Amino acid sequence: MEMPVPNPVILANKPRIVALLQGVLPKTAVIHEDREVHAYECDALTAYKCPPLCAVLPSTTEEVAAVLKICHREGVPVVPRGSGTSLAGGALPTADCVILGTARMNGVIETNYDDRYIRVQSGRTNLSVTGAVEENGFFYAPDPSSQLACAIAGNIAMNSGGAHCLKYGVTTNNLLGVKVVLMDGTITEIGGGHLDAGGLDLLGLICGSEGQLGVVTEATLRILPKPEGARPVLMGFDSNVVAGACVSDIIKAGVLPVAIEFMDRLCIETTEKFANAGYPDCEALLIVEVEGSDAEIDEQLSVIMAIARMHNPVELRESKSAEESAAIWLGRKSAFGAIGQINDYMCLDGTIPVSALPVVLERINELSVQYGLQVGNVFHAGDGNMHPLILYDANKEGDLELCEAMGADILRLCVEVGGCLTGEHGVGIEKRDLMTDQYAPEDLTIQMDVKDVFDPHWLLNPAKVFPLHVSETRRAPAIAAE
Amino acid sequence: MTPKTEQELSELVAGAKGPLRIQGGGTRPIGISQGELVSSTGLSGIELYEPGALTVVVKAGTPLAELEAALAAENQRLPFEPMDHRGLLGSKGAPTIGGVIAANVSGPRRIQVGAARDFMLGMRFVDGTGAIIKNGGRVMKNVTGYDLVKLMTGSYGTLGVITEVSLKVLPKSDSAGCVVVHGLEDSDAIKALAAALGSPYDVSGAAHIPQAKDRDAITMVRVEGFEGSVAYRLQQVSEVLSRFGPPEQVSDPNDVAARWADVRDVAPFHGKGGEFWRISVKPSDAPALVSSIKHDDALYDWGGGLVWLLVPAGTDVRAQVANVGGHATRVRGGGSTPVFQPENDVLTTISAGLRAKFDPRGILNPGLMG
Repeated sequence: MEMPVPNPVILANKPRIVALLQGVLPKTAVIHEDREVHAYECDALTAYKCPPLCAVLPSTTEEVAAVLKICHREGVPVVPRGSGTSLAGGALPTADCVILGTARMNGVIETNYDDRYIRVQSGRTNLSVTGAVEENGFFYAPDPSSQLACAIAGNIAMNSGGAHCLKYGVTTNNLLGVKVVLMDGTITEIGGGHLDAGGLDLLGLICGSEGQLGVVTEATLRILPKPEGARPVLMGFDSNVVAGACVSDIIKAGVLPVAIEFMDRLCIETTEKFANAGYPDCEALLIVEVEGSDAEIDEQLSVIMAIARMHNPVELRESKSAEESAAIWLGRKSAFGAIGQINDYMCLDGTIPVSALPVVLERINELSVQYGLQVGNVFHAGDGNMHPLILYDANKEGDLELCEAMGADILRLCVEVGGCLTGEHGVGIEKRDLMTDQYAPEDLTIQMDVKDVFDPHWLLNPAKVFPLHVSETRRAPAIAAE
Repeated sequence: MTPKTEQELSELVAGAKGPLRIQGGGTRPIGISQGELVSSTGLSGIELYEPGALTVVVKAGTPLAELEAALAAENQRLPFEPMDHRGLLGSKGAPTIGGVIAANVSGPRRIQVGAARDFMLGMRFVDGTGAIIKNGGRVMKNVTGYDLVKLMTGSYGTLGVITEVSLKVLPKSDSAGCVVVHGLEDSDAIKALAAALGSPYDVSGAAHIPQAKDRDAITMVRVEGFEGSVAYRLQQVSEVLSRFGPPEQVSDPNDVAARWADVRDVAPFHGKGGEFWRISVKPSDAPALVSSIKHDDALYDWGGGLVWLLVPAGTDVRAQVANVGGHATRVRGGGSTPVFQPENDVLTTISAGLRAKFDPRGILNPGLMG
């Protein structure tokens, strides 16, 4: 993956830049020794690594502003980083950049149950937001798989989703306000405890902008009362196509499950060996979960199971206890880990119209044969968000490149059937060069115009989202400014 | 001018010599803009509707009634329950889906499922230079590039002329009911609504109509879903509300629908004179805010988070809103204060910067939003 050539002036200036940053931050908050900066050389897209110039760990919005002011004045690129769990390389450094980590900003600022929101510092982990309110019967809905580790800052940057967004929406639907620091150090607030924008929806624009428009330091998040209960049902089918049709029929029937998860044979078999969840031997498996009181769950599941029966399932297993529910989810939740045990893999994130599921699964199979690489499919079927896992061998020469080429073909296929490159992981560097497959030049121009407004010198996370050749002239002034 | 195609519209905007007034059905005359009228009603029709994928793609000028009828035929609906402004503003004509999106119009269900902006999956629009732009798509999750769809939704035609939108839709509820408590003071009513909204019973409407000369105060909580579930939750919500006053359950579908249509469309204000303000605040701030402003009538939706105020012309509503945080829009009435809430200097500069990029000549609904 091509990255911009580091600016030699900045590299040569490292001692001065580090000294300036040390002037505004506590000593331990500036990480600059060669052996230490390696900790920040990549995120969860580990195929690409590059140690940054240095990393800073501010504790307050004011410290963030001070850092950005210095970097702005010195023309140093800044790559914001939450917990570094991005699968798209959103937090991949360049050698001439400062990594701005949110890890030390993890406090709860305010909880308000009457108005149903929580205000947190953005470095707080996703799961610990729910942790702060669950004693009072509330939760924070977006639940990316990495929720134990990932930071709200990264969730906002990538507009993260999760398994339960079919009902509750993604980050942008649960974000009420932010405190954000612009590249020149200006601090401002957007939104708050109230709903919707009074002027232009800048909150909606910031969310999902991959840390390219500003650094979010505080977030006001909508919290919801926990449902009385939840119960999954597991269904096995003898073909992917039938499972796909069942998904569509469930949605059409007027039930809105909180989650519909899909796994194919490769994933079922692999996770079964790893997690022993007791999954059936079948081609495709669905986990459908609904919420409510026991009686409400019975009512919804009776509709769902009647639909499933019409598709001749090889297995139809309704959870009868908390233990059985946990077992049903166990395999799904261990899927990525299980596959990681046996192979290196690349996890895609293309999203398609649910109706295109059968044809896309078929075409992925064909690509798998064509490239000679195995693919496992495990994904959020209710909203068409696919996660094909392409297996490859990192130690085999050329395999990564082959895997990437196949991934690109799958994503182009998603676009071709009316879908998109990424449903919840973000573009980062991973899908950057495919943006021209999804968008026409004028579509990208206006997006880059937006960045110009927030960050005229393209110093914030500049090498992401837009293909380098497309953003080149806009990024050039940052270097010329030296 | 009523262009028949996106291409025609693009040429029209590119060739415009002066300001353009962008309009859908013209039923939401909020604020004033000058210029030659450009109507989106020539761009009409449903492009694609996949009930099994909960998505619909529709041209901007399509009458809302036509879209809603198509969805109803598949037992689905626009979940955000867009308000009809005609009764409130005395306007005529047929609302369009483009107008709903341009003004981010939602209704009581906003507190449960989200606003119009939350159901927007993708959009096509013509910017101020005439360029045809697309953003987002027609899938339910999409983080490919910046979310200009959110930015455009609620921008009142000031950044571009919307030509096509794709929306997430949801199944219609089988059944609906509400619990009503009579005679509550505003502050108790908002506490009651907060208790209901903080319960696990998936409330889809929470409104309070205060006491006035011609009516008693009425506080209402709605639940929707399958029949058995609605009956169960009506009972549970009644228990939650019982400490505030004797709860009464309403299950007649027509009655329930009529009550919530009245809340959605602010029916108590219809036909009355004065200025109408729409205020978004934290629900718990609402009662004190309302009592601090001299007003002729008030209505609380969204558990108190949305306040409609009827005030004598010239009343300074914003000074009080500024004390608690939030925003206020003057939906009807003249006066020298801006129609839309002025923002802080930083956001004003950013918004102006964005306008300069999307509409460099400043010809799209100039001055409407500032």
